[in-house]
Amino acid sequence: MAATPKPRVKIPKSASAGEVITLKTLISHEMESGQRKDKDGNTIPRKIINKFTCEFNGQTVFACDLDPAISANPYFEFSAKVPESGTFKFTWVDDDGSEYTEEQSIEVS
Amino acid sequence: MTLTRRRVLALTAGAAALPVLQLLPGQAFASPEDVEKQISEFAGGKEPQTGKISLNTPEIAENGNTVPVSIEVDSAMTGDDMVESVMILADGNPLPSVATFHFTALSGTAAATTRMRLAKTQNVIALARMADGSVYMDKKEVKVTIGGCGG
Amino acid sequence: MKRYSLMAGAAFCLAVTGMAIWTAAADPVDETLEIDGVPMTTRAPAPEGHPFDEVLSGWLFREAETRATQEDTFENPGMIAVEEGAEIWNTVEGSAGKSCASCHDDAAVSMKDVGAHYPKWDADSGKPLNVELRIDKCRVENMGAEAYKFDQPEQKALTAFIKHQSLGTPVELDLSEGDMQTWWDRGKETYYTRTGQLNMACATCHEGAMGHYIRADHLSQGQVNGFPTYRFNTGGLVSLHNRFRGCIRDTRAEFPAAFSDELMALEVYVTWRGTGLSVETPAVRQ
Repeated sequence: MAATPKPRVKIPKSASAGEVITLKTLISHEMESGQRKDKDGNTIPRKIINKFTCEFNGQTVFACDLDPAISANPYFEFSAKVPESGTFKFTWVDDDGSEYTEEQSIEVS
Repeated sequence: MTLTRRRVLALTAGAAALPVLQLLPGQAFASPEDVEKQISEFAGGKEPQTGKISLNTPEIAENGNTVPVSIEVDSAMTGDDMVESVMILADGNPLPSVATFHFTALSGTAAATTRMRLAKTQNVIALARMADGSVYMDKKEVKVTIGGCGG
Repeated sequence: MKRYSLMAGAAFCLAVTGMAIWTAAADPVDETLEIDGVPMTTRAPAPEGHPFDEVLSGWLFREAETRATQEDTFENPGMIAVEEGAEIWNTVEGSAGKSCASCHDDAAVSMKDVGAHYPKWDADSGKPLNVELRIDKCRVENMGAEAYKFDQPEQKALTAFIKHQSLGTPVELDLSEGDMQTWWDRGKETYYTRTGQLNMACATCHEGAMGHYIRADHLSQGQVNGFPTYRFNTGGLVSLHNRFRGCIRDTRAEFPAAFSDELMALEVYVTWRGTGLSVETPAVRQ
């Protein structure tokens, strides 16, 4: 179950044009730091989400490069200025190359 | 929470008495040079100034595995008054880098929150690089406590 | 519970620890827990025969950032497991071709408030069952599936999902059913029995030293109304019996098996000690 990271995103359903809204994201991921050892003394290989991006209608809103010091189940809270109705696309990039994405639309009046 | 002298003494006495938690064996921590190097690379050689950026962390973290960290940079986020990136460092971790945030005009504000791991009591440093190349810095010490109950 | 003889070193250790425990104290915070704006009962008048006048949720003993994480179900990472539990609820497993939902339909209706009244007497098995054992009984008898292994992720997720359907509901056990009172008595005996090299009982910390510090841990009443609980320490859910075993291990005693009669009796008694507190599953702790 823990094998497939599951993204969660919380954004308002609607906003007025030009409003600055708060976005929250969380993804289930162990964020194995590469600093830990197993019980036989071997280093457990690093496996983290190393990049997170948020786009609105194809344009970057916010991005983050993550290092192993980010806690398990990475959480981000940030803001976006929404000029028009559209779709947010959230992407998390794993060390193994996998990408996890989530999309949510917002109605702007 | 306020950290009273009395409480610090109690924590220390307790720590000596009940070594239940295992510390990570043989862990190397970042050197001051590593931290300096990262700051200077991010700042493009410029000397970071104080002001503009505020870093918010708890004074005492109940558990070093999950410590909330927020930054906010005073910027209009339009025209020339833009924040490009904010880098967070923890100077006492095995690797000092924690995260680097990148902002755009669509960010609206240069503010973000995440959760980080701190291996021990140490300084957390936040650096903001503005579009004009100037760099601002804020720094907070976070005391990381080791609880008595690992269960 | 197996009891080790007290060695000289341990006696010294306990003496020093005792000093540490009783030098620092702090009151639980005077705050109100609202989860997504819904108020929880974190202070309740204690039931008759309880050693305290008021029962207090462990939430009141945590630091601001830990408390804040529990106030928003989005920010609470324990909710990831609850969502996984919802998927398990709807997943067909076993030879009978059934899921939980095949019989119990919508958990928001069928499981509402249910978890607040567990452990519950089960006449078939002649003992109290907690949510984990009740799930296993359903799996084996009705679904033709295997019982979960202790603490396998599915067990924690489904238990958390079911208990979460009682979020806010006050804990209340029916001790008049079957032999519940006998199990309560037995659990009480365990609660007050000193054990391990450190010679500590549950009551040593959670009654005698409640509100004081053990190293940097602010000792609570040891309430169980938020289990399974998300812990920052492990970045995942911790089950109640895992917590019991962890506490007993910290006294340096051998710990009983999860769901053994001894720990089930303890669960009955400790759950009763939190009578009136809202179910907070999944609570967030350090």
